[in-house]
Amino acid sequence: MSNKVLNKTSSVPIASALRRGGIRGGAKIQSALLRALVYLAAGLTFGALICLILYILIKGIPNLSLDLFSPTYNTENVSLFPALVNTITMTLLSLIIAVPLGVFSAIYLVEYAKRGNKIVGLVRITTETLQGIPSIVYGLFGFLLFVTTFSWGYSLLAGALTLVIMILPVIMRTTEEALKSVPDSYREGSFGLGAGRLRTVFKIVLPSAVPGILSGVVLSVGRIVGETAALIYTAGTVAQVPPNLLGSGRTMAVHMYALWSEGLNTEQSYATAVVLLLIVVLLNAASGALAKKITLK
Amino acid sequence: MHGVFLFCACVSILAVALICVFLFANGIPAMKEIGLFDFLLGKRWKPGNDIYGILPMILGSIYVTAGAVVIGVPIGILAAVFMTRFCPDRLRRLLKPAVDLLAGIPSVVYGFFGLMVIVPTIRRIFGGSGTSMLAASIVLGIMILPTIISVSESSLGAVPESYYEGARALGASHERAVFLTVLPAAKSGVLAGVILGIGRAIGETMAVIMVAGNQAAMPGGLLKGVRTMTANIVLEMGYAADLHREALIATAVVLFVFILIINLSFSILKRRSESK
Repeated sequence: MSNKVLNKTSSVPIASALRRGGIRGGAKIQSALLRALVYLAAGLTFGALICLILYILIKGIPNLSLDLFSPTYNTENVSLFPALVNTITMTLLSLIIAVPLGVFSAIYLVEYAKRGNKIVGLVRITTETLQGIPSIVYGLFGFLLFVTTFSWGYSLLAGALTLVIMILPVIMRTTEEALKSVPDSYREGSFGLGAGRLRTVFKIVLPSAVPGILSGVVLSVGRIVGETAALIYTAGTVAQVPPNLLGSGRTMAVHMYALWSEGLNTEQSYATAVVLLLIVVLLNAASGALAKKITLK
Repeated sequence: MHGVFLFCACVSILAVALICVFLFANGIPAMKEIGLFDFLLGKRWKPGNDIYGILPMILGSIYVTAGAVVIGVPIGILAAVFMTRFCPDRLRRLLKPAVDLLAGIPSVVYGFFGLMVIVPTIRRIFGGSGTSMLAASIVLGIMILPTIISVSESSLGAVPESYYEGARALGASHERAVFLTVLPAAKSGVLAGVILGIGRAIGETMAVIMVAGNQAAMPGGLLKGVRTMTANIVLEMGYAADLHREALIATAVVLFVFILIINLSFSILKRRSESK
């Protein structure tokens, strides 16, 4: 009862919030309980991560064999090597298109667009939308546009172009942030020395923003490597390295999905999971190192 | 060069426009042919008999997402609280990359882990096949953790230190200061993280397919199999033709509308928490 009265008279929100449970008495138990819950949640989160990694490593490493890396796939060796090659091709192809596109659009947004430009607002909204679209919707779109409308069939090119749209917002956003963090004095100094806007952007601003841009690139490589749903119906699931970019080929993640849907090769799935996991860990370490470089500056 | 930069900036606008045009142009005629009411509220999905009702899949997506929220949201928020207020700096420097790693692990690997560990565990404890709504919810609950943690963490970090100090000065314990003043102050940011997590969960495909059982029937309970909208598309797109294919694209349209609504509420919340 007294608590209620105090609440009504108190105008300080913090104080009233503190009184709600009574300062003495239950407070100690409540604090201990909250503390226990926080520790439990943290334990569960990082426990799950450790469990997952250890499980995949312990089950997967014994299944890594030379057979898995033989140059061609057949039902005997279930080689993941073609998938590995396709993953690398897919990554390079997507990056070659997406990085210039993303970096240039970020340059436009940060260096060229004037305040209150209508296009900027629209670009912001659309990139936010793109970031939320599930990968299966991208996959379906890529299927409808590239595979059927352009009649390329299932192909690496169709897959890569689908991925370009997917990673574009990531590269744009990280580049934008990197460009914004370049101090204005750099630009002013360059303008003061008589350089034009274009020269300033390419000679002064971009070089200082490189680590930030790279960390975005690494992030998108991670997404490409792990992507499955967007690729099944664009790049297809053929387990070989195609002769050219218009041929179908599965990446590592798709390979793993295909192994599951065939339902036969559990050991090879474990091994593929290990390789995927290793790639992701390496990429994360690289992006972390790059991020550190930015903050040190 | 100005034109080139402008053109590149417009690519994302073009992409969204193309995605909308292609999805709607291919999906809406199918909805018309099947009948919007029969399509959205039909309880039976039998492509062989030209019966296309996606209510089971819509409910499947909603239930599985709700399950993921029940599991992932409390754990995620509490873990974010741990990282901002309960752990020493040195440990935090270790945990941050761990959260990023959790976000970077491919969904097929999550699915595979679920299939090999979570599904057999459920089978052992509750019987049945194990591939179930519960398994999908657990896997998705883990998968949305990094999203919720990182968004909540940054909004918790943005709360002015004076809130915490004020509460301590009034005699509150560390825990009560955090939970009764800092967490409420970060409310809208945390909520934005939750919404982002919901978007992830409802759009997730591969991990769900591998553990959910995928029966195209009305969801029958926590331990029964479900099929989500995403799973429906992936499982049948490979061999679908004509109206069946269009019905699958129409399923994607429904999913897309769900995502647009979720995105919209996310950006409204984000704006609100930034403007504060």
